[in-house]
Amino acid sequence: MKLVIGIVRPEKANDVLEALYKCEVSGLSMSRVQGHGGELDQVQTYRGTTVKMELSDKVRFDIAVSDDFVDTTITALCDGARTGEVGDGKIFVLPLERAVRIRTGETDMAAVTPVGA
Amino acid sequence: MPETINTGDTAWTLMSAALVMFMTIGLGVFYAGLVRAKNSLNTFMMCVAALAVVTVSWSLIGYSLAFGDGSGFIGNFDYVALKDVGFEPYGEQTVPHMVFFVFQATFCILTAALVSGAVVERMRFLPYLGFIALWSILIYPVMAHWVFGGGFLQENGTLDFAGGVPVEMGSGFTALAAAIVVGRRMDYGRRAPLLPHSTPLVLLGAGILWFGWFGFNGGSGIGTNQNGVLAFVNTLLTPAVCLLTWFMLDLIRGRKVTAVGAATAIIVGCVGITPAGGFVSPGWAMALGVIVAIPSYLLIVWRPRTRVDETLDVLAAHGLAGFVGILFIGFVAQADWNGISDGLLYGESALLGDQALAALVAPLYAFGATFVLLKLMSFGFRLRVTEREEAIGLDVTQHGEEAYISGEGAILIEPHESDQRGQRVLAGEAAV
Repeated sequence: MKLVIGIVRPEKANDVLEALYKCEVSGLSMSRVQGHGGELDQVQTYRGTTVKMELSDKVRFDIAVSDDFVDTTITALCDGARTGEVGDGKIFVLPLERAVRIRTGETDMAAVTPVGA
Repeated sequence: MPETINTGDTAWTLMSAALVMFMTIGLGVFYAGLVRAKNSLNTFMMCVAALAVVTVSWSLIGYSLAFGDGSGFIGNFDYVALKDVGFEPYGEQTVPHMVFFVFQATFCILTAALVSGAVVERMRFLPYLGFIALWSILIYPVMAHWVFGGGFLQENGTLDFAGGVPVEMGSGFTALAAAIVVGRRMDYGRRAPLLPHSTPLVLLGAGILWFGWFGFNGGSGIGTNQNGVLAFVNTLLTPAVCLLTWFMLDLIRGRKVTAVGAATAIIVGCVGITPAGGFVSPGWAMALGVIVAIPSYLLIVWRPRTRVDETLDVLAAHGLAGFVGILFIGFVAQADWNGISDGLLYGESALLGDQALAALVAPLYAFGATFVLLKLMSFGFRLRVTEREEAIGLDVTQHGEEAYISGEGAILIEPHESDQRGQRVLAGEAAV
């Protein structure tokens, strides 16, 4: 049982969702974050003030999956999020100690999707 | 002022010009709300740019091509760079010629801005400026000449009160051609939803447009005459009934009345009454609210199912509604109300033919000429942003700004800290 964290470009978020649904990974959370990788800074000018944006908008996926589904999930994230340019994002995989489905009280493998894998 | 000038007429026409000018800003608000947040500034700027580009092109040449004597097809160069556009009235009018000029200028500006709705979220900004400059010289003035400047439709007897031909059918069918030549957005028709980012902005923009439309239609009598007053009143009636009809259609289709639908209905109603405003009775204006809503509603529901990404439905809201409005005059015009001509229902069949001719030639010219113009431009210029720029959004890639900026992570480049120290020294000296 692992927690897969994927940080991707906002404009690729829908492609990622589509890729995840296709391989039946349907339990996930998504949040908007700001971050900095290696990409070039955007320069913006507002009247006399010029700034470079060191943080760029990203979307973060948190996906808890059973061990068998870790590779599938990673492949889906890569397929959906890759453009080939700097700034495509990162994936982190963490061990997961416990998971509980609040509605039923089911724990661990029974609580993460896909169920029964 | 020359003696033929009527001050009341002049005052109202001046006010109307200001109202129509503000419609372009209202349109910017409306369009900005309808697109995604990352493209909202660029979309708004396309309307603002029309104020800059078209004011110049119209003053230098467009106005002369529309209102110079010329032929049945196009004007001439009599008024190039506003030569002889002074205080003496144009033709039989009772306002100074320059007042008529500025009123007409606001129409051309608004129409050019309307067209941007077809190409938002993917067209590069500089080619867009070039396009509206050429369009406001080669295409709009021709159609304006046909119905307002002594062209063949006007001679023929076609009635178009405030611009069903050049503004509404002109923008609508131009938009269709532009959407086809520029091509659809890369996310169009895929899973990614392309939703309005701010519905309150959409409603606010539609409200500003409706408000401005009282000058657009109500001012098109070029004075406070009967036709102008009738058009002013009808500009409240038709959109209100259209709005109500749209509520019904929304209820039938989805069991809920939608806000974006309401904003659209306001535009459709205003467009429908634009050509007919000064020619049909208030009762028929209300009936038009029902009649104009239905075809536009159906086209708006159907269009996203096609491969044509005419993004903000200029064709449905303007082209089709203008087409309906122009034909409607041919049926229900009443000489009792407009002092000019009766329609088919009041015993005069000739008018309907004149209206049908306008409804045929305006779409053909607007679509055909725009298609050729943009195709020719596309050989010399790249009209679209790259896929990568489209993904990031046009606000950042075209303008280097964002609509909704938090400021987090922004590092100051200019002014330098040293600049500010310099200012402090200066301020200190001044204090001493």
